[in-house]
Amino acid sequence: MKIQRLKSITKKDITSAFKTSAPIMVTFIILGAGFGIMMQQHGYGPLWSFLSGIIIFSGTVQFLSVSMVASGSIIMATLTAFMVAARHIFFSISMIGRYKKEGKRKWYLYYALCDETYAMLSRDEIPFEVNISNYRLFVTLFDQASWILGSVLGGCLGKLLNFDSTGIDFSMTALFTTVYIEQWLNSKCHIPAILGVMATLLCRLIFGRDLFLIPAMIIIIAVLTIMRDKIERKWGDEDNG
Amino acid sequence: MDRHAIIVMLAMGIATLATRILPVLIFGRGKKVPDYILYLGKVVPYTAMGLLIVYCFKDLSITTKPHALPELIGMVIVVASYLWRRNTILSVVIGTVAYMIMVQFIF
Repeated sequence: MKIQRLKSITKKDITSAFKTSAPIMVTFIILGAGFGIMMQQHGYGPLWSFLSGIIIFSGTVQFLSVSMVASGSIIMATLTAFMVAARHIFFSISMIGRYKKEGKRKWYLYYALCDETYAMLSRDEIPFEVNISNYRLFVTLFDQASWILGSVLGGCLGKLLNFDSTGIDFSMTALFTTVYIEQWLNSKCHIPAILGVMATLLCRLIFGRDLFLIPAMIIIIAVLTIMRDKIERKWGDEDNG
Repeated sequence: MDRHAIIVMLAMGIATLATRILPVLIFGRGKKVPDYILYLGKVVPYTAMGLLIVYCFKDLSITTKPHALPELIGMVIVVASYLWRRNTILSVVIGTVAYMIMVQFIF
């Protein structure tokens, strides 16, 4: 029964997913540990980090939550979380087509669709002879599990050791940068890549560090809409070439 | 205090979940997703990575010491090493270690 429901998982499904997730898992364990240490420093132990990884499961929101859990207002915390997490709206929308046939499993896939899982599963590079549904499930699961594992380990470590983790958040920046370069090298039309940086940078300068995300997203969507014909034409060349 | 903490965590969790589930509830009900939405799904990821990188630098100041030098050097290391080896772990690890050494011991 259970095996049937899980669409007969093969060893290859799991090992392929593991290979895809490996670089993310390493990053997540390191980043998660940074988060766990930070939580511990604020008086929230490994169990809190574990809960946070289940309830929120978004690195940026979780890092942000550390100070808010201690003292912030609930409404402000909700709005800020929504703003920081708003990018997931685009991730989920662009996965609707792909996840259409995933059945009940898709609710887990959407709930746990973080930046890195999205980056891996939206590339559509599915290993040969692999059940795509199982592959997606395990990539998503490995990513979330490693993040939570890292944060719990970090919480335990923070209790025992006393090491300076200042600067560990740069690993997030570095990861996004490598994905950005990869996307750049794989596409002929660089308008979206340039737009993302320029619009956000402009809004950061105009609106300040707390309010820039939403205006940046509005500008991005507006420009993408206005330039749709041009971008699709260039994108089309790429498909044909 | 603990009760407040769990409520704030839940509130932030629900807000995060909403960004992931609401689009599916709106567009995923067996209906055909409009071409425009499909177009956005195709190109937005390319803008989103740029947005996230800028977001990572949101608290950076160029005018005050150390004038974003650790970030600049860290980024050069990440970009150069990635173009050289195309290895994500390598670039992330050496970039992060270099950055941590810079902010903790040099700048």
